[in-house]
Amino acid sequence: MSAIQSQSRAYEAQIIKRVCEGEREAFYELVRPYERMVYATAISIVKNPADAEEVAQEAVLKAFSKLSTFRGESKFSTWLVQITYNEAKMKLRKTHANLYESIDDSQQAEDGEFWPKDYADWRPIPSELLEENEIRQAVQDAISSLSANYREVLILRDVQRLSIKETTTILGISEGSVKTRLHRARLLLRDSLAPGIDGCWIKGQPYRKVRPW
Amino acid sequence: MPTIEISCVEVWREISNYLDQDISVQLRERMEKHFGACAHCTAVLDGTRNVVGLVGDGTLFQMPQGFNKRLYDKIRELPPNVPRE
Repeated sequence: MSAIQSQSRAYEAQIIKRVCEGEREAFYELVRPYERMVYATAISIVKNPADAEEVAQEAVLKAFSKLSTFRGESKFSTWLVQITYNEAKMKLRKTHANLYESIDDSQQAEDGEFWPKDYADWRPIPSELLEENEIRQAVQDAISSLSANYREVLILRDVQRLSIKETTTILGISEGSVKTRLHRARLLLRDSLAPGIDGCWIKGQPYRKVRPW
Repeated sequence: MPTIEISCVEVWREISNYLDQDISVQLRERMEKHFGACAHCTAVLDGTRNVVGLVGDGTLFQMPQGFNKRLYDKIRELPPNVPRE
C-alpha cells in the first residue's frame, strides 16, 4: 500500500469512527467520493437510470446501517461497491429481469477461442469524443448489450478501475475468471464499436478497414 | 493468417493481458514483433486499447441531475446513530 493510499485509509477510518459515534452528517463526506462509482455499478446491472438511483440510495443506506460491521479488511469503496452489487442483483431478482440475462449468458460461452468479427483499423480516439452524447450513448449501449458476466467485470475493472483482487472479492469469482471475462468483454465491445458512428469515429474522415486475409 | 513469431490466435488470446501488462517480458517481445508485421492484430490491439480508454474515461456514466441532493436528503433522514450489530 502506498503512503497516499494508507493516508486515505486512515482518513476514512477517522470519518467512520465519527459516524459511529453519532455524527451522522459525516457519513455523506465518507460516501461522496464514491457516488459515481455506486451509480455506475448499479446502472451496469439494472440498466435503467431510475432503478439505478433507487439501488444506489438503498446501497448507501444499507452501508450506514452496517457500518459498525465494517472492519477495514478491504477498502471502504470496495465494501460499498459490493453492497451496491448485491442490492442491484436483488432488485433484478425482484423485477425478474434476470430471466433475460440468463438466456443471454448461455449464448456467450467463456471457453473457446475468440475470433474478432471485424478488423477495423481505429485511429486514436480522443476522449473529448465522449462529450458528444451520441458517442457516449453508443458506448453505454454496447456495454448494456454484453451479458451480465462480462458487463460486471468490465464495469469493475475498466470503468471503476478496481484491481483484480477487489473484483474477485466483489463478484466472488476466481482471478482466472476475472481475466477471462474481462478479455472477452473488451473484445466483444471492440467488435460492436469498431464500425463507429456512421462508419467512422471521426467525422469527415473516411472509414478505413483492414479487411480480411 | 500469418504466423509471425506467434500466431494471430495466440495474440488475440493475450491482448487483454498485454494491455494490462500482465504477461512475461518474453511474450511481450514476441507479441510486439508480431504487431510490427501484422496489420490485422495491430487493428485489434488499437481497437481494444481504444475501448479500454473510452469506458475508463470517468465521464461515461453521468449521474442523473439532482442525484447528489436526493442522496444527501436520504442520508439526513437516517437515525443519528449507526445501529450496533
